[in-house]
Amino acid sequence: MTMQIADSGSLTSPDAKARAHALAARDNLRTEPRAVRIVIIALAMLFLSVFVVLPLVVVFAQALSKGIFAYFAALSDPEALSAIKLTLVVAAISVGLNLVFGLVAAWAIAKFDFPGKTFLITLIDLPFSVSPVISGLVFVLLFGAQGYFGGWLRDHDIQILFAVPGIALATTFVTFPFVARALIPLMQEQGTQEEEAAISLGASGLQTFFRVTLPNIKWGVLYGVLLCNARAMGEFGAVSVVSGHIRGETNTMPLLVEILYNEYQFVAAFAIASLLAMLALITLIAKTILERHLDEGQDVNDH
Amino acid sequence: MTIEVRNLVKKFGSFAALDGVDLKVNDGELLALLGPSGSGKTTLLRIIAGLDWPDSGEVAFNGEDALTQGARERHVGFVFQHYALFRHMTVFENVAFGLRVQPRSIRKDEATIRARVKELLDLVQLDWLADRYPSQLSGGQRQRIALARALAIEPRILLLDEPFGALDAKVRKELRKWLRSLHHEINVTSIFVTHDQEEALEVANRVVVMDKGKIEQIGSPDDVYETPATAFVHSFIGESIELPVQVADGVVRLGDRPLRLAVDGLAPGASRLFVRRHDMLVGPPGSGAFEGAVQHVRNFGPVQRAEVALSGGQTIEIDAPRGRELRAGDTVGLEPRRYRIFAG
Repeated sequence: MTMQIADSGSLTSPDAKARAHALAARDNLRTEPRAVRIVIIALAMLFLSVFVVLPLVVVFAQALSKGIFAYFAALSDPEALSAIKLTLVVAAISVGLNLVFGLVAAWAIAKFDFPGKTFLITLIDLPFSVSPVISGLVFVLLFGAQGYFGGWLRDHDIQILFAVPGIALATTFVTFPFVARALIPLMQEQGTQEEEAAISLGASGLQTFFRVTLPNIKWGVLYGVLLCNARAMGEFGAVSVVSGHIRGETNTMPLLVEILYNEYQFVAAFAIASLLAMLALITLIAKTILERHLDEGQDVNDH
Repeated sequence: MTIEVRNLVKKFGSFAALDGVDLKVNDGELLALLGPSGSGKTTLLRIIAGLDWPDSGEVAFNGEDALTQGARERHVGFVFQHYALFRHMTVFENVAFGLRVQPRSIRKDEATIRARVKELLDLVQLDWLADRYPSQLSGGQRQRIALARALAIEPRILLLDEPFGALDAKVRKELRKWLRSLHHEINVTSIFVTHDQEEALEVANRVVVMDKGKIEQIGSPDDVYETPATAFVHSFIGESIELPVQVADGVVRLGDRPLRLAVDGLAPGASRLFVRRHDMLVGPPGSGAFEGAVQHVRNFGPVQRAEVALSGGQTIEIDAPRGRELRAGDTVGLEPRRYRIFAG
């Protein structure tokens, strides 16, 4: 009884009243009955658990099924180490190249008007719309023994297919859109006024780029690099076509996972897979943090 | 520094932003480019700054061709409507930017740069904001920092593109006065673009009125207000009553009604009559060139604004002094104290 009095008493204070009103209004806006809401949310959670969380758990469970020593033994196998090293090298090359290409492309598209701009934007998206296997085959057609440049390459003793250059090329092609895609909308929204201000203050083109443009897009660059890196390390299709699967030499981590799995070496396969899964988790966390920075950057933009 | 612009033409596709503009800006002058949006005033300013290039025409600073130089070499201070402050730099670094990017051979040492920035922040009265970021400032503060940044390079010319356009009315009024006194102090040749006639008339020594890529009139604030050169200037500056009239046989007619107005030097044909609202004197019926019935009266401090339906059918708004109160339903005679008639 006293509780009730106290409750109604607190409700009469203007603040509490306003809050109660706001709550009621918010409830009214959600027209679906409570039961429907619960069902919808439960469905979403169930779907996520089965299709996202469960596989992730299974990967780690399988990797550790024979104990922690077997797990580390699998990871320190020479073949595994070589695959990890190759993956890191290829990712470093393709992320580096795409960082430069992506920056240049985004800069050209966002800050200048030129004929063929729309075509260029479409072209940037091409690697996303083409199956990775085809991306790989293109390089086989170009650099393979029967390919257009095959003879010339053989004469000059340059190995592209079934070697690091081919894998790096295929990966670069597949991951090309990430940096450019992250930067184009950001740079378009920021416009060219700060650059114009810098130039009218006497800055050279390079000074303007490094002192004004780049600091303004640094979070966007990191965001693009992060996604590009995640995809570069995880790429399977295109790399599978050009790598030749030479054990201990041209197997990247995803390729090695498949080979080990096909040889019933489940612990080893899942141990490597767990590394890729961890990469994904770290990417997700870093992505969330970067997105927060990107949002802040946009707030600054408001007048 | 004088600026001379000759026969400037700039087209965007088929749209002529500037259609043959000639302008001479005197040394130390504070000039306003006034016009509606799309009149070409910002394009003209950007071409003078070197941020845009004309299709043809000439721009000269002190008689020297400026079009051979890029924005970087022209040494022009430019203030943007939306400030364009470097968002990732502090206020201090924003103002210091122009000094820090100078070629190594003429770049000043750190202590001199610091002293200069401090001096500029004092000039715009915002030295206490040195460590803030642009996002932490109000609009008026941002614009003053943008001005300090432009002044840091000791520009030969100062160009301001709608400098107060994004600010609220009160801050705008304060900044106008402040800009005028600042110009008095530093005395650098300045051009500012505005679509706000009050701003142009209050701040500038001379006003250039533009419309559709052409200059309509150049003159002192008094000139453009008191003796508008064209129908556009009359209707754009100040509140005007505009009536379509016919000039024929030495008589001005509004509809069928002959008006007792002088027609010296007017070509016959369809014309437009312009009268300032406060130049329409109210008298008893039959006393003036026009006659009409008061429809509606509102009081604005010292004036009463009356809507009057003329006998010809048009409705006009006039500003009459308080004292002799008008009432809805009154029939009045109206005599224009001053008026202008433009052909067309």
